[in-house]
Amino acid sequence: MTQATAVKEPSPLAVVVGDCVELSRRSLRHVTRNVDEIIQAFVVPVVLLLMFRFLFGGAINTGGPSYVDYVIAGVIVLSVTFNSPATAVAVANDLQNGIVERFKSMPMFGGAVLVGHVVAAVLRSLIAVVLVIGLGLVVGFRPTAGPVEWLAVLAVLLLFIVAVAWVATLLGLVSGGVEAAGGYATILVFVPYASSALVPPETMPTALRLFVEYQPFTPVIDTTRALLLGHPAGASVWLALAWWVPILVLTMAYAVRRFDRRTNA
Amino acid sequence: MSGGYIIEANGLRKTFGSVTALESVDLQVERGTVLGLLGPNGAGKTTMVRILSTLLKADGGRAAIAGYDLDTQPRQVRKVIGLTGQETSVDPLLTGRENLVMMGRLFHLGAAVAERRAAELLERFGLVEAADRQVGTYSGGMRRRLDLAVSLVSSPQILFLDEPTTGLDPTSRMALWEMIEDLVSAGTTILLTTQYLEEADRLAGRIAVLNGGRIVADGTPYELKRQVGEERAELTVRADDLTRTMATVGGESIDERTVSVAVNGPDDVRGLLNRLADAGVEVVRFALHQPTLDDVFRTLTSKTTEGAK
Repeated sequence: MTQATAVKEPSPLAVVVGDCVELSRRSLRHVTRNVDEIIQAFVVPVVLLLMFRFLFGGAINTGGPSYVDYVIAGVIVLSVTFNSPATAVAVANDLQNGIVERFKSMPMFGGAVLVGHVVAAVLRSLIAVVLVIGLGLVVGFRPTAGPVEWLAVLAVLLLFIVAVAWVATLLGLVSGGVEAAGGYATILVFVPYASSALVPPETMPTALRLFVEYQPFTPVIDTTRALLLGHPAGASVWLALAWWVPILVLTMAYAVRRFDRRTNA
Repeated sequence: MSGGYIIEANGLRKTFGSVTALESVDLQVERGTVLGLLGPNGAGKTTMVRILSTLLKADGGRAAIAGYDLDTQPRQVRKVIGLTGQETSVDPLLTGRENLVMMGRLFHLGAAVAERRAAELLERFGLVEAADRQVGTYSGGMRRRLDLAVSLVSSPQILFLDEPTTGLDPTSRMALWEMIEDLVSAGTTILLTTQYLEEADRLAGRIAVLNGGRIVADGTPYELKRQVGEERAELTVRADDLTRTMATVGGESIDERTVSVAVNGPDDVRGLLNRLADAGVEVVRFALHQPTLDDVFRTLTSKTTEGAK
């Protein structure tokens, strides 16, 4: 109708980046407008930390560091996985309410929808982690990590956070509905409980201990804990990378492919 | 490219597992016109719209939108179309304005143009007051209006409207019809699917009826109505002229003063009235009765359903 709306041809890369930025902006707006999400992302981890510090902490003997020093790494990891249901639900919601159909009928980079959700999930997780560490310091957490260890913690956690965000996104994609998406993602919330997050694995029966020692969350927790407390992280760093780099690559690739496939089905 | 049709489909076929949604669909739409795609539930209307709007790949056949091939140039197609699906596809957590600006940016209009276009559309669709409220708080009618506005962000040449007024109250429906009519007068080509025959009758210059995966009828509403049933003239005369009337024009009497005669177009009506005038019969009252699109729909869709079995 008017020449004002004539479309200039941006370069393909500019399209991809611009669309990802635009849809990240959208998902970040969601974070601030969704009360459930805020509670789940920020309030629950705080409550959890206080609960373990003051309610159960007195009764748990770690055989080493103080319980708050021990449990903080576990609560950090839990605060990341607590974000998964919100992410999975947001993705499933988009598919259900038809906005994805609209995006796909537009000359844009479709995968930007997923990237937007991942960016929001990562940001929520980072805020939650900072909150937990900050509150931890207030209630007695005394890290002995130097700058190098802090950077290493940040790097490992960032890998873990991004990977978990993609796993949650994929769950939202394959779930086929909002309720199911929430349900599947809850598994992600509970698996870390059966890890070294809250109590030392040595105290557990053999079968459980084997699971705990070989599941993917334990090395992330062990690495974080060791680095924060200035202990050698040992093999757990490599184990963490061996789990989470492939998880990230595979879920991201599969999610993007799966998202495209819906177009043709 | 052939014919200069803005939408042109030949032999489109689509199956979902063992269910054949489209068997072989041919469709042509001229630029600047409204085609109403009618059909019972499950006839394949939505499948058709999803294929033409690049959301779904057809199993066979070819289609071109504004001269761009759907299979090989989907990006070009996406630049010239707008889509309003059955479900409102706006973001409930964003405000109306944010939705419009976001879509404008995703069409790569540039930030300033996207803002201006959003303001323009909010104004045009009567959403200025609600512009900065989250869409989750909108009424059904407002959401639909926003949905339509969002599909117009890029000033598309072709607009697909998949049951645009389903679930709306009569006032909102009328308002939406008027907005659609404005678009048509501004030159937009529209492909409309609907369950409401009244809607098709009012908006569509041409109607195609989809049933059992094929187009079973295609024409102007008038042509389609004529196809299923004859138009009848009802002539009310003085009671003592009744016998003479029937002797002159045939037909059958409805009561002691009224005769109903099948007519075939305006010429036929003129001839009829002339013959009565020649015979000295005074026509007191005259009415034409056309079959409705409902009759068309029932006749066409029941016929083919039986035929398919």
